[in-house]
Amino acid sequence: MPNEPVTVSRRDLLSLIGTLSGSAAMYQAMTSLGFAADSGYKGPIKLDGDPKGASVLILGAGLAGMTAALELRKAGYRVQILEFNSRAGGRNWTLRGGDSFTELGGVTQTCEFEQGLYLNPGPWRIPRHHRAVLDYCRRLGVALEPFTQLNHNAFLHATGAFGGAPQRIREIKADFQGQVSELLAKVTQQGRLDELVTKEDRETLMQALRSWGALDRNYAYKANLNSAEARGYVKDPGGGLTAVPIPSEPIALSDILKSRLWRHLQNFARYNFQTTMFQPVGGMDMIGKAFVREVGEVIRYDAKVTRIQQDEHGVTVTYTDLKAPGMPQQARADWCICTIPLPILGQLPVNVGGRMKAAIDAVPYSSSVKIGLQFKRRFWEEDEAIYGGISYTDLPIQQIAYPNSGYNSGGKGVLLGAYIFGPNAFEFTSLPPAERIARAVEFGAAIHPQYRAKYENGVSVAWHRMPFTMGCAGDWSEAARAEHYANLCQIDGRIVLAGEHASYIPAWQEGAILSSLDAIARLHERVVKA
Amino acid sequence: MMHPSANLRRAFTATMSAALLLLTVPAYTQGAGDPVFSPGYRFAEKTGEQLFANVCRACHMSDAKGATGAGTYPSLAGDSNLVSSGYPVGIVVNGQRGMPAFGEVMSDDQVAAVVNYVRTHFGNSYQDAVTAEDVRAVRR
Repeated sequence: MPNEPVTVSRRDLLSLIGTLSGSAAMYQAMTSLGFAADSGYKGPIKLDGDPKGASVLILGAGLAGMTAALELRKAGYRVQILEFNSRAGGRNWTLRGGDSFTELGGVTQTCEFEQGLYLNPGPWRIPRHHRAVLDYCRRLGVALEPFTQLNHNAFLHATGAFGGAPQRIREIKADFQGQVSELLAKVTQQGRLDELVTKEDRETLMQALRSWGALDRNYAYKANLNSAEARGYVKDPGGGLTAVPIPSEPIALSDILKSRLWRHLQNFARYNFQTTMFQPVGGMDMIGKAFVREVGEVIRYDAKVTRIQQDEHGVTVTYTDLKAPGMPQQARADWCICTIPLPILGQLPVNVGGRMKAAIDAVPYSSSVKIGLQFKRRFWEEDEAIYGGISYTDLPIQQIAYPNSGYNSGGKGVLLGAYIFGPNAFEFTSLPPAERIARAVEFGAAIHPQYRAKYENGVSVAWHRMPFTMGCAGDWSEAARAEHYANLCQIDGRIVLAGEHASYIPAWQEGAILSSLDAIARLHERVVKA
Repeated sequence: MMHPSANLRRAFTATMSAALLLLTVPAYTQGAGDPVFSPGYRFAEKTGEQLFANVCRACHMSDAKGATGAGTYPSLAGDSNLVSSGYPVGIVVNGQRGMPAFGEVMSDDQVAAVVNYVRTHFGNSYQDAVTAEDVRAVRR
């Protein structure tokens, strides 16, 4: 038909792209055409078909376990959960005044925060593309508010740079950008890019550098009202007779490079940390509590699993009732979804095949410490105009994060006074909890001198000391993933594993939920086809 | 969460290794017996005593007797598994189950020092000291 316009359906286009360019390109195209979701989450799971009264025993009432319980019950399964702690949620956890917990080694801490203040010792932020977590929050009525990852007014700090004075993120970011732009503009003007960039592009590049780097008309990055709009003023524009603004002096490129403060800028650029991020209003455990409203009646608390034994008909789990130890108890079901963290699961007698056993043993857990500090007043807001966000430092505390709620309200506040990984995490974990807190106050005072006078109380969670995880999160090496990941996720007889460790986004709640949905979808297929 | 994903670990490694080049960054040490806070991605502790007190103690506890929760950190006190020196060296370097591998964050000398310390303390008295060469031999 000669006059018909040439059109291609989206499906034809996608299959063409898939044929020519492979699945990665097709997925990319699907995303841009609105077909695919960001994290692989495809909306509420549909478990069609009759499970014929099948039963499932879930080990662990964290987000992975409770997701499985919620969805399997809805699909018609008989479900029970065994949980080690006296509460649900696992690492989805919030500490408030009056909460107490005992770490390995026997020290009990009681949180003394004022009412309304809290610390999220585990997960504390939700990226915009973690669609499964966001969807469960929506479905379960968990209210969200913004989590500020980048606050330009927070600090970057290095002990050996700028006399130890913390620098505003805004200044380091603007100056690094401005100085690099000036440098590139100079090189371009000297003709040294002539062989790399066309004349037309060079002209556009110069415009872009001037705009992006806040350069002047001579392509220099200098103190003036234009650069001040990026890096800030010595004196802000005001009103009346004292209104005249005074621009601030940029930091020289060499000083920025030597300070190494640039290394923190990636924390605002990386995919997982780009805006918008969220947190549940009132604490991260609002998610766990919302799940408990749905599945709480099937959770047996204080149940320490000691053995997992499968046969051709089902799975028998032996456990100790920690509130009434004595005779071992047993629970049995047709199937078992095990979310027990791998350092613990690796020690249990579990009759799975050699491949899954090797996978369980192949993943150590990272070390991490969080410390919450309550202060008499919100000096970071009142004195320094820091409302939410994170300061980064090369001190062992590594980060100070400011509360993302209750702004400008006066009164007391709780900071995340340390969020530690790497060697410092082992070193902090080795200290008694009270000394961890004292050290966090001492180190933090280098950035906020108000610490010393305004500190009131604190609480410290060292994840390797937590009896229910014995570590922070699965720390996969690329080699271990290549060799063991698929074996960890396969259904072994009547047992399947789930949790952040069975995902490509370890340590994120999204990984826990996605692994759980993937596991129950495969399990359900098996049950329905049987 | 909590975000030490593989990617982040790589990023952390890269930035912290870069930081190591800055030799002016001090280890936060106040004196013998005080905690050490390593300035980079590798442990700065030198002696076996320091390494045990700042690293091993995190899980195995001050008395090396370990602890039990949902699982157990094994006791290293009076530990007959330490008879053969190659066994603890291999576990410290390469890890095993919940025990992280320290091979990339401790030198041969450090691994030897901490193994020798544990094998001669906490009710252990194995006198055949491990050398840095022994450690190098078990690195994969």
